[in-house]
Amino acid sequence: MEQFPGLIPYWVIMVLMMMGLYIVIAHGNLIKKIVGLNVFQVSVFLLYITMAKVEGGTAPILAEGIKLYSNPLPHVLILTAIVVGVATTALGLALVVRIHNAYGTIEDEEIDKLEDQT
Amino acid sequence: MIAQHLPILQIVLPLMAAPVCMVIRHPQVVWIWATLITFLCLPISIALLVQVMAEGVIVYELGGWAAPWGIEYRIDKLNAFVLVIVTAIGAVVMPYARRTVDTEIPVSRVYLFYTMLLLCEAGLLGITITGDAFNLFVFLEVSSLSSYVLISFGKDRRALTAAYRYLIMGTIGATFYIIGVGLMYNATGSLNIYDLSKIIPELGGSRTIQAALAFLTVGLGLKLALFPMHMWLPNAYTYAPSAVTVFLAATATKVAVYALIRVTYTIFGTVDILEIVPVQDMFMVMAVIAMFVGSLVATYQVNVKRMLAYSSLAQIGYMMLGLSFDTITGVAAGIVHLFNHAAMKGGLFMALGAVAYRVGGVRLEHMAGLGKKMPWTMASFVAGGLGLIGVPLTVGFVSKWYLVQAALEKGWWMIAVLIVVCSLLAVIYVWRVVEVIYFLPASKVAQEAKEAPLSMLIPTWVLIGASIYFGIDATTTLDVAFAAARALLGDGG
Repeated sequence: MEQFPGLIPYWVIMVLMMMGLYIVIAHGNLIKKIVGLNVFQVSVFLLYITMAKVEGGTAPILAEGIKLYSNPLPHVLILTAIVVGVATTALGLALVVRIHNAYGTIEDEEIDKLEDQT
Repeated sequence: MIAQHLPILQIVLPLMAAPVCMVIRHPQVVWIWATLITFLCLPISIALLVQVMAEGVIVYELGGWAAPWGIEYRIDKLNAFVLVIVTAIGAVVMPYARRTVDTEIPVSRVYLFYTMLLLCEAGLLGITITGDAFNLFVFLEVSSLSSYVLISFGKDRRALTAAYRYLIMGTIGATFYIIGVGLMYNATGSLNIYDLSKIIPELGGSRTIQAALAFLTVGLGLKLALFPMHMWLPNAYTYAPSAVTVFLAATATKVAVYALIRVTYTIFGTVDILEIVPVQDMFMVMAVIAMFVGSLVATYQVNVKRMLAYSSLAQIGYMMLGLSFDTITGVAAGIVHLFNHAAMKGGLFMALGAVAYRVGGVRLEHMAGLGKKMPWTMASFVAGGLGLIGVPLTVGFVSKWYLVQAALEKGWWMIAVLIVVCSLLAVIYVWRVVEVIYFLPASKVAQEAKEAPLSMLIPTWVLIGASIYFGIDATTTLDVAFAAARALLGDGG
């Protein structure tokens, strides 16, 4: 019954999601953590976009001859989420710059050591 | 005319006022502007609460687009109550903030501070008022992003790492939340909370819905710092500027608790899923652990601000415990504790902010002998501390009384005993500070300390006064809490 893509996109998204989450948890470098966070967020964007797809549907444009089109709502939602993601990344990176100025390092373990001293 | 647009004004006012701060830039003028705005928000929320109590649910369609396609603001007794908490704390924090900001934040950045404080308030109010699950996420991020910035204003460099860690945890939480919303949308095709609450029961407990509930719970659990997801909270509260700690401790976690109530009771309230997945039992276990771990860790903190942060974890435990009972008394106790804890903890952190302002630190050694130097500030600290313990005639007692009652109604003697034992732990950590304040000689720095300025004392006593007043005469708060609990469980079960 299920044709080629089937649930495969969802599997891909889940793998991507867990990769992102793993990077956030496992890496001690503050920049890498933000990269992981981005991968994690992007996988969620893909999740929304995947569920918007209507089989055989075109892009949701109002034009003659277009009867079946994909659901545009998730696209719009994700547009908002992308903006939020960009803001989060910018703020995160700005904090990393200031942490680097204050501590001279962006490695989690070294920061912990410096914090224990004070 | 204006009356019917109050729901949107509640959000638009602080949201639009925030960028204006960026234009004004002058520190004093910005402060006056921000204070004015928070003073305007408070009567709006009170008017909404009065209207809701009298006439029932208010529905406001944004741009005239009907739900479920448009976004609607839906105000019932519960979120009207939370709106009042948030705006009241905002209105008390602003006058208080001026003096602490003078010493804690460079003049060139003061206008940014107030911009962020207003944005944070707008975000929190938005989470509370909205009836749309995705809109809730957007406001969640508005409030979170501004609170990361607010925390990073702290003088200590550890404020930066605290803000960074909160950013990572907070973003994971918010992302979990949208995964949950996405799965719900996938299963139902709707984002409107009220609409979802009607569609989801029809679907039964399908796998997608179960996964959605799991993601939503974990995501919001991170935001409200429910044990074991609390790691960001102690440092964030400890190193943030005084005014920010007051504001966040009294509002941010409360609003997250509110969001969780919405998800578990409104959206999933009528689904058998709560029997398939014992969410309530899990909440109860985590709540009890949070109560004990929070209180125990608090007893050996040297930094008093950190001690109160851990005590907050315990208090969040009480709120969640109330919710986990799933009875009207239990849920009402949880809801009333939202208000009670906001008043007590806000007042306590304000007293500490005054100590930091006069003495320059909030470790135990800084507070030695301050009982004579700053009698009013210290008296407010003691009154707030008594509230944390749950001494009669304070709001803490009211919350615990109803929590114990709810436990006994269910026949859970053990839980009732645990609540009492946990209060005894609060005696220990509050007493440690009281002992230092009144029975130790003043340290060198404390010798020169004077009573806190009136602009800090008055807001502190407003909150502490509220925590005593509503402890003696709790009918108003309890009426609202019980009405809200009945409304939640009435169409739930």
